[in-house]
Amino acid sequence: MLSGLRISQIYVLDQDQAVDFYVGKLGLEINTDQDLGFMRFLTVNVPGDPERQILLEKPGPPAMDPATADEVRSLLTKGRTGGHLFFTTADARKAYEELRAKGGVEFTQEPTEQPYGIDFGLRDPFGNHIRVAQMASAAS
Amino acid sequence: MTQAVEDSNRRLLRARDAMDLTYGGPLDIPTLARIAFVSEAHFIRAFRATFGETPHRYLQRRRVERALYLLRCTDRSITDICFDVGFASLGTFSKTFHLIVGESPSEYRRRGEVIALPTCFAMAWTRPSSFGEDGRATRG
Repeated sequence: MLSGLRISQIYVLDQDQAVDFYVGKLGLEINTDQDLGFMRFLTVNVPGDPERQILLEKPGPPAMDPATADEVRSLLTKGRTGGHLFFTTADARKAYEELRAKGGVEFTQEPTEQPYGIDFGLRDPFGNHIRVAQMASAAS
Repeated sequence: MTQAVEDSNRRLLRARDAMDLTYGGPLDIPTLARIAFVSEAHFIRAFRATFGETPHRYLQRRRVERALYLLRCTDRSITDICFDVGFASLGTFSKTFHLIVGESPSEYRRRGEVIALPTCFAMAWTRPSSFGEDGRATRG
């Protein structure tokens, strides 16, 4: 029936800042950046994987009323909107060192051996949680 | 007003992440207050207002969550685990553990191994939610 997962979404407080982080720091590519008038439709993807996009959505009107948007922003900055992104990499320790060298990245965990591979954790500037894993079973 | 709440949330989340990262050491309120950009006196109150519990209590739950994992997934001694996760004495560890989990560390250990979860899920979902205030153990 279903054949893939094309777009998933996380909330961000500021889309320019989101581009700085997701493209500038994490090295993702902008897939679509279009001003639709009622919203800026902004998606990014891992280089070489444009079939799987992340929508970086700013909470607010007209999608939600201002009071609800306040609640979403409050939860987001507490790290509790459920925004989780799990990326994979060929070399977790190298990826960690590269990100650390760039500076301005908040790590929540250093590279750690797990039964499923090696991974580390970080937060985006808004409160979303990100993990980067080198999976034990696969090459990437 | 809202902006101030979001900034405060995000700074306190940063301090909370630091606690989760360094749970093996003593609770260092001055350092955490600096991370959160608030005075030491204000930090505990602000943390509680944001996350619904004191930093001490949040940290104890993190430590017990790690102890639960180490008890079931490693063969380290209970004394080693107590100090690994940041308790300063075996007495406090045993008392806190029993209060939260409803059984002793050695009883809990006999339940056997659990599956490996990505760290953020293990941290969020296997952290016991109460200190037994409701009169029963909170983990099944």
